[in-house]
Amino acid sequence: MLSQQLLNALTLGSVYALFALGFTLVFGVLAVINLSHGAVFMVGSYAALVVVTRFAMPLWLGLLVAMAVSGTLGLLIDVLVLKRLRARNAPHLMPMIATLGVAIILSSSAQGIFGAEILRFPEGTIPAGEFIVGDVHARAIEIGIVGIAFALMAALLLVIRRSRIGRALRAIAESPRAAALLGINVEGLFHGTAFVAAALGGAAGVLIGLDFNAITPLMGQPILHKGIAVIILGGMGDIRGALIAGLFLGFAEVMSKAYISSQMGDAVAFGLLFLILLVKPSGLFGRVLERKA
Amino acid sequence: MRFLHQTSLLAVAAMLARVSHAAEIRIGVAEALTGGAAQYGVACRNGFQVAVDEINTRGGINGDQLRLVIEDEQGKKEEVINVFKKLIFQDKVLMIFGPTLSNSMFAAGPVANAAKTVAFGTSNTASGITDIGPYIFRNSVMESDVLPVTVATAVKHYGIKKVAVIYGNDDAFTKSGHDVFRTVLAAQKIAVTTTETYVKGDVDFKAQLTKIKAGGPDAIVCSCLAEEAANIMLQARSLGIKAPFIGGNGFNSPKLFEISRLAGEGSFVGSPWSNANPAPVNVNFINAYKQKYNAEPNQFAAQAYDALHITAAALKSIKLSGNLGSDRQALRDALPRVVINGVTGPFKFRPAVTRNGKPGGFDADQKPFIYIIRNGKFAPYTGK
Repeated sequence: MLSQQLLNALTLGSVYALFALGFTLVFGVLAVINLSHGAVFMVGSYAALVVVTRFAMPLWLGLLVAMAVSGTLGLLIDVLVLKRLRARNAPHLMPMIATLGVAIILSSSAQGIFGAEILRFPEGTIPAGEFIVGDVHARAIEIGIVGIAFALMAALLLVIRRSRIGRALRAIAESPRAAALLGINVEGLFHGTAFVAAALGGAAGVLIGLDFNAITPLMGQPILHKGIAVIILGGMGDIRGALIAGLFLGFAEVMSKAYISSQMGDAVAFGLLFLILLVKPSGLFGRVLERKA
Repeated sequence: MRFLHQTSLLAVAAMLARVSHAAEIRIGVAEALTGGAAQYGVACRNGFQVAVDEINTRGGINGDQLRLVIEDEQGKKEEVINVFKKLIFQDKVLMIFGPTLSNSMFAAGPVANAAKTVAFGTSNTASGITDIGPYIFRNSVMESDVLPVTVATAVKHYGIKKVAVIYGNDDAFTKSGHDVFRTVLAAQKIAVTTTETYVKGDVDFKAQLTKIKAGGPDAIVCSCLAEEAANIMLQARSLGIKAPFIGGNGFNSPKLFEISRLAGEGSFVGSPWSNANPAPVNVNFINAYKQKYNAEPNQFAAQAYDALHITAAALKSIKLSGNLGSDRQALRDALPRVVINGVTGPFKFRPAVTRNGKPGGFDADQKPFIYIIRNGKFAPYTGK
């Protein structure tokens, strides 16, 4: 039973991490808690669903379209909403409330277009492969999610730590004004980050929609709450932290369900979160009062 | 010119005549059309609409057309109270159908009861709903009528000795289903290996199922809505659990098979309605629904459809005076006498037995059908 629960925890944790990657990227660079990330994630899975069902295209194409659609959506949100607030030097709370509004618009629109019922990818969209080792059962999609979460994190870290763009992003994270004075195209990178983060969110939406077999207009909401917990625990804006905190939350939840009580899953997970923040208020990897990408 | 004037006067007179002849009976519908409960609320609204269309094209009720005043209560307690007040005091409807969730009826039922206006729930199965008062009706069969029969049938079929239980603990419907299951299991002396819970919106049940698997139950009792139940079935099979499921009312939706496909084979469920029921009234309903909405009806649509016909039967038996207060009372007094043969089978009301001894509303007095899942369908259970 323990080995199966460890695997359950690993996949759930990877799901949280996958969602939190884009979320934390936006926070790290734009310094915005983007509450529309859950809705963008939902739009991604609907986009892939349309490609796969209406146009009978293969899943990989659906995934690419989902990333393009949600990336564009993220870009639009940045241009139409966040940029305007930046231009007016709006206080921190404003973009949070504005993106909450965007989230409500998006999920209501999705409900208007697709209805409230739970939709899913048709059977056979993903290989039904199953791996059984002893008493442990794992499906192909679960292994895929774990692999993709780790690979995306590695790729993001590589870009941010090693590339010129990454250096520019880190400069912006320190101080957008100083970065602009140094000749960095700050607005351009803001837009780019918003695009990439939303595209990652869309990809997460497709994978998680596949794994849990459920696509609904409100699917982004519960995971958004977990996502907020993950980026706080990981240290706001820290990519490595998002992965580790995602895994931590997954383990805490699964293990408390397994060995304490399934009523207590969230209570234990969030209780632990609270304890960690008492000891380390800036999260596992964060440093107080310093933003980083 | 003069001729034109005359004809237009005539036309106006004819229109007036038609209006005064075909009065309309306004009936409120408060269902969750958006939000998490919308999948049930929308089905209910559609069921009412199909029935109203049918009645109106056949000439209405004693010559009067039925008109639904439809409001979205969003599945939220605050909202449903506002909607009830609007329908009762502003729109002055004769009665209200809904709301969708038991939770909402607990919130808004007292408003209707105080205003001496019938609130007729078609999807509320939690116990205690009709304790609210004498103006509260429901045709949704309670879990406490269905589950003892379901469990006893499954136990006999499989020789079940011990079961595991899983249910949603933040929803009045699945929670009250679990309370009934617990009583029934204790009464039938079935051991429970473990009781697991989840909350609304959960999509990952593997932790709970891994624990269930370790207990090696003969069956899994599941007080869940169809979407969750289907995912629970799928994830159980992917974890290598082979035990059949015993489900409550929540299983009764075509969604169960759309999602779970063959994962639920051999599972037992009791239901007030089935799309497999060959009675002509049911077949007509299914066809009319499909034609209008291009979708399969579910149990919630069926019960809404029956509820409207029950109300129509009551309305046919009384003469409306035009005085809202006395018409509301007349409808309230006529409803308990209705006996119909609907898409959910023979139906009549039975006075609620309230816990506080005060006069209560009326519950459904109906026998459930027991189904076993075979080849991804509900098949009427006919013995081994």
